[in-house]
Amino acid sequence: MTSTASVTAPERLVAVPVRYWGRWVSAVVVLVLVGLFLYAMTRADVNWQTTRHFFTFPTIVRGAGRTLLISVLAQALGIALGVVVAVMRSSGNPVTGAVGWFYVWFFRGTPVLLQLLVWFNLAFLFPTLSFPGLGSAKTSDVMTPFVAALLGLGINEGAYMAEIVRAGLNSVDEGQTEAAQALGMSRGLLLRRIVLPQAMRVIVPPTGNEFINMLKTSSLASIVQYGELLLAAQAIYTNNLQIMELLFSAALWYLVLTSVFSIGQFYLERRFSRGATRNLALTPLQRVRLALLRSERAR
Amino acid sequence: MSAPMVHAEKVHKSFGKVEVLKGIDLTVELGEVCCLLGPSGSGKSTFLRCINHLEKVDAGRLSVDGELVGYRQSGEKLYELKEKETSSKRAEIGMVFQRFNLFPHMTALGNIVEAPIRVKGLGKAEAAERARALLDRVGLSDKVDAYPAQLSGGQQQRVAIARALAMQPKLMLFDEPTSALDPELVGEVLDVMRGLAADGMTMLVVTHEMGFARDVGDTVVFMDGGVVVESGAPHDVINNPQQERTRAFLGKVL
Repeated sequence: MTSTASVTAPERLVAVPVRYWGRWVSAVVVLVLVGLFLYAMTRADVNWQTTRHFFTFPTIVRGAGRTLLISVLAQALGIALGVVVAVMRSSGNPVTGAVGWFYVWFFRGTPVLLQLLVWFNLAFLFPTLSFPGLGSAKTSDVMTPFVAALLGLGINEGAYMAEIVRAGLNSVDEGQTEAAQALGMSRGLLLRRIVLPQAMRVIVPPTGNEFINMLKTSSLASIVQYGELLLAAQAIYTNNLQIMELLFSAALWYLVLTSVFSIGQFYLERRFSRGATRNLALTPLQRVRLALLRSERAR
Repeated sequence: MSAPMVHAEKVHKSFGKVEVLKGIDLTVELGEVCCLLGPSGSGKSTFLRCINHLEKVDAGRLSVDGELVGYRQSGEKLYELKEKETSSKRAEIGMVFQRFNLFPHMTALGNIVEAPIRVKGLGKAEAAERARALLDRVGLSDKVDAYPAQLSGGQQQRVAIARALAMQPKLMLFDEPTSALDPELVGEVLDVMRGLAADGMTMLVVTHEMGFARDVGDTVVFMDGGVVVESGAPHDVINNPQQERTRAFLGKVL
């Protein structure tokens, strides 16, 4: 039913818009500061040609590849440890709970740089490592820069991931567990099929954050001689002394890596919000398609 | 005569210092529809949760289909059941919750096939076929691929009923299934439950729907303060209560 009272639309209101003087002032101030910065950069003693040259230099590219590799592996180790420790902490078992608590307390409570050095120098503690059933090896042979970086970064990350996963598990409504139990699901099954998938919605955003952090924190692995991006840049500038140029080359690579993974995070978050929101956020591609469709219809 | 589906003898349950159940005696026969009435806090929901092993009984005997709930008796001794044994017993009892508790990350169909496939080991095609039949039965054959957030409360509860039925339970427990629904959606859920009762399902229903209890219930049990105050045929208990507390409660809700 439509009302038949008014056939013509009411008169359009005309009013003087509010002027936001504060916005104009702050915009001018910021523009001036940006201008000053750009002016300073043109005067800076940097050879941008060199930066561009070394951006695609094999040593630097290989370093970026290693940064990516160690970040992915360390983050994967951290996630695996985090899930295990989170489940340990939320299980009823007081022993596993206490061990989980201690793990988080210790690795979150000491600097990751220190942890990297401890792993790298493990040979001072245990000259040989013996694995039951597999034989033994000299610690200095096992603890290569790669292994030290992986353990140092991954185990430290596990402590942070444990807290993120635990928060995620706690965010799932208890009724979900009860409903799954009532259907005869075991604890393991309901954790895997019902609780974790829902916890992912809470876990994924901070995990993406952690990974982007990891891409940059992995530069600390240069201290244990792992040949990642920063160490590669340092190796070159100690020879040619073009310190700033090489640091900028490395910075560009870090920006490229973090940007690519920010995009990946968007799609991951979208996937895990299925069911939680009625309408999923549009992907950029869908947005373009929709805009095209609309303009076509308008014509 | 076979053992009753549910048999409770002096069942006690406390949470900390609060005694919620103070000796419940109750029997539900095979194919019977038993409605539990009573004010909130009277222990109705707790009793229902005890039957499904979601809470442990502190004292008394509670058995389902002739088997003790949560324990195994061997001679004079009682042994607590292992998680696996508890799970397999729960799988035989369907439960419907006040707040539906559908799995939000799965479609209606996904919700229904999950337990038959993962718990009972049913084939995917067969489980899906059965799920479609159940959705048809609760009048939602067009919502197969809908996520819970896209369904109304009444529709969600009907999916939840279908999900419980998919495990082919021998007993269905309903914990205030219509209390979270808009008044106009209550009817569609009660209709599904009426159909179930007509098909001979053994049902234990905690409800505030007096009309449903009167029309569908074979017996009505009125609980208050953790004890059964009065029980009997719906006509007797609802229309002609003998106890003062029953009268006072019914006077407020009818």
